[in-house]
Amino acid sequence: MDLYRLTIHDLHEELREGRVTSNQITESVFDRIAEVDGRVRAYLTLTKEAALEAAARSDERYRRGDFLGPLDGIPIALKDIFLTEGIRTTCASKVLENFIPPYDGTPVVRLKEAGAVITGKLNMDEFAMGSSNENSGFFPTHNPWNTQYVPGGSSGGSAASVAAGEAIGALGTDTGGSIRQPASHCGVVGMKPTYGRVSRYGIIAFASSLDQVGPLARTVTDCSILLRTIAGHDPADSTSAEVPVPDYPSLLDGKVEGMKVGLPEEYFSEGLDPEVERLVREAAHALERRGMKMVPVSLPSSRYAVATYYIIAPAEASSNLARYDGVRYGVRVPDAESLMEMYKRSRSRGFGAEVQRRIMLGTFALSAGYYDAYYGKAQKIRTLIRREMDEAFSKVDVLLAPTAPTAAFPIGEKMDDPLQMYMSDVYTIPVNIAGVAAISVPCGITPDGLPVGVQLISPPFGEEVLLNVAFAYEQERGTFPNCPL
Amino acid sequence: MDYTAVIGLEVHAQLRTKSKLFCGCSTEFGGSPNRNTCPVCLGMPGVLPVLNRRVVEYTVMMGLATHCRIAEESVFARKNYFYPDLPKGYQISQYEKPVCEDGWIEVPVRGGVKRIGITRIHMEEDAGKLVHESGFDMSRASFVDFNRACVPLIEIVSEPDIRSPEEARSYMQTLRDIVVYLGICDGNMEEGSLRCDANISVMPKGADTFGTRTEIKNMNSFRFLHQALEYEIDRQIEVVEGGGRVVQETRLFDSDRGVTVSMRGKEEAHDYRYFPEPDLVPLRIDGDWISRARENIPELRSEKIHRYITDLDLPAYDAEVLTGDRAIADFFEAVVEAGAHPKAASNWVMGEFIRLVKDRGPEAGRISPVQVARIIALVDSQTISTSAAKEVFEEIFETGRDPERVIEEKGLTQVSDEGALREEVRKVLEDHPDEAAQFRAGKEKILGFLVGRVMKATKGKANPKMVNEILRDLLSK
Repeated sequence: MDLYRLTIHDLHEELREGRVTSNQITESVFDRIAEVDGRVRAYLTLTKEAALEAAARSDERYRRGDFLGPLDGIPIALKDIFLTEGIRTTCASKVLENFIPPYDGTPVVRLKEAGAVITGKLNMDEFAMGSSNENSGFFPTHNPWNTQYVPGGSSGGSAASVAAGEAIGALGTDTGGSIRQPASHCGVVGMKPTYGRVSRYGIIAFASSLDQVGPLARTVTDCSILLRTIAGHDPADSTSAEVPVPDYPSLLDGKVEGMKVGLPEEYFSEGLDPEVERLVREAAHALERRGMKMVPVSLPSSRYAVATYYIIAPAEASSNLARYDGVRYGVRVPDAESLMEMYKRSRSRGFGAEVQRRIMLGTFALSAGYYDAYYGKAQKIRTLIRREMDEAFSKVDVLLAPTAPTAAFPIGEKMDDPLQMYMSDVYTIPVNIAGVAAISVPCGITPDGLPVGVQLISPPFGEEVLLNVAFAYEQERGTFPNCPL
Repeated sequence: MDYTAVIGLEVHAQLRTKSKLFCGCSTEFGGSPNRNTCPVCLGMPGVLPVLNRRVVEYTVMMGLATHCRIAEESVFARKNYFYPDLPKGYQISQYEKPVCEDGWIEVPVRGGVKRIGITRIHMEEDAGKLVHESGFDMSRASFVDFNRACVPLIEIVSEPDIRSPEEARSYMQTLRDIVVYLGICDGNMEEGSLRCDANISVMPKGADTFGTRTEIKNMNSFRFLHQALEYEIDRQIEVVEGGGRVVQETRLFDSDRGVTVSMRGKEEAHDYRYFPEPDLVPLRIDGDWISRARENIPELRSEKIHRYITDLDLPAYDAEVLTGDRAIADFFEAVVEAGAHPKAASNWVMGEFIRLVKDRGPEAGRISPVQVARIIALVDSQTISTSAAKEVFEEIFETGRDPERVIEEKGLTQVSDEGALREEVRKVLEDHPDEAAQFRAGKEKILGFLVGRVMKATKGKANPKMVNEILRDLLSK
């Protein structure tokens, strides 16, 4: 058995029993990267030397019997949006092509403290803006199930690396579906926790009120291990919640009998691929077999979610990305004649087309005379969407819906049609707008051989229930096949 | 035609907290450039602000001292604009929901006091500083020092209640007194800890609609504020009288020439695209917090002046001088507390103490209020003369030593022994028979000379009052 194919949970067992070493696992993963990354292109930066050093320290701990927990010695990769001290962090943007951060982001610190072995930095859509990884400022990542297809985005590198065995688990960020949609497209489990569950300190900001860090892994159990490690209050992030973190892995028992699942009618309507719908409904039946009750619910304001999102997210982004001005770090054209010219030319050169589009959208939405009509109104609809979710959760324990309207699409197909691209996130965006938690679990493979995910959604800080329902589904579904690569 | 000026001031006060508004960096000045910086105040990718609660306390104190309503919930907002000294490309400020609203202060004006409304007080972060270098081969280089970036400021916005440069100056002076007494700002305008912009317009006397206003920036002293406003009022009147229209614009005060010059028009005004800061949760200030802030508010200068005049019977002049510096006022009060008569305490503090503080610097002063009270008591009891007391005062100011010991060592104890003094006087009269004769012949003025001789002979220790009496007694015989 190839070590890189195993789960965090199983590898930890092996390490504890002394049957393998972290060094062997890490070497196995880097061998796999050498074998397939030329085709997948999941990584922007590899940190093999540091990884092997970390593995050696981990092996020493296992030898002494004082390992740090289930992540000790496990190779984990990071979306290139997480700041890593001394390791280039680009956010897949030319503007940060040579940026070496002076500090580690909080989730990175927590992973390191848990003994995880960091393998490198993963490709993504530039500044997390995109749903296909084609907006990377460097090169697109390919779907390991079919390299002609996109892996989804923006955490496409995270999903592809986990699916291809180039990492045992990964961290991503999800602003409008950026963990769940690529997880669905690549046949892995991806979770967006409640807003405030995981610290955003040291994560390059896209849309501050929507961004949330989350895990991608091969199983629900692995996701729960990663979440347990990175979740919790951080004094450096005022929006991180002071809510205790349950020991998620030990709470997975698969007992969901009598619980209610809401099926929002708006999520099973026009635009949903029939094959995807069939697989998602099958997942609902699987949960019924576990004793859960299906309840039809309605979330009518969800239809405004995409429009709302494309006002709030670009507005916040236009401000968050103002710091890339070429003054202190990042790209600066050397020969500008004036300050204004330096700004304009540096930013035009550093940012890709989609990022520039969103900066302009957001700047417009916040402009004097337009604020009330756009940003103000979007905030009102946001409240409405939240309230509807709250109401739904007064009747059901979780919601079940497709993660994305289709399986992965061919590279290049939607690049000239941004609106079409934006619709990839139609089922994931409402979750970010409402600030609740959701997870995507693989639920089948289309006749074209592409995986599809089912999305489960829980109330704020309901991760414990969410993971357990996902776990029950996973048990009922059985082992999901590996990608053919 | 007569005109009325309508003026509103926006005052920025730099708060004296130890650390910055949103990070743990020191706010200290004078260090090498960019020493007091960290990823947060440098606007590195991925950083988030964490609110310094001390800043909120200071702001609430200011709000209470200026009779403002303290908002139960207030919100930070981003003010977006590009400039190299602004690391994030936005300034974290407050917009729609500031901490303090609807207050007022009373300021002294000709013939009484006037109430000036305070529209709002909000918190915000300062920007860095650009340093333009010329010379060498870097003739066109600019440098940025971010030591000041993210230092906490409060902006105090007045209602357009001010009607003259004198009132503006008095308002500014009163605000300065308040922030300095609260201990939240050092009040130094020249160094920029207290800055001021003015909105100003003119209208015909008696009119009830304001004219078009201009905004004046860069007035970094009380004198410049007065000068700039005076110039701008005259300029606007001239424009109107000449049949023209005042243009809404931002103008810069040029202190070298004493004039205001156009900086940018309304069309070039920034669109700051304010929106609520998503990285900070709304700030909730409960009653407990407010009452704690209230307890920290000391007696303010205007209240002190009033009390010194009515309770301590001091002249208004003394009250003004003593309260000019809160540390001096505190020292004076401690001297009175130690038992000194208020007027005597005032004389010594205003005289010797302030003179020595100015001369040697406040750090040099070792003398305690109790020692000052003791010196005053020794003068009262005629143990030492006033001139000896001054010598003692200076010595103790520098050394902090015990007054009695200093007097003893210097042999300054006043001689009030009648017999001994008579002996000294007799000797002086023997030595100066001519002068004695002149006095007897009616030349009263010569007495001063004779007293001086006795004082010299006793090395200044003789009780001058007694010397006088004994001289007259012996000369009349």
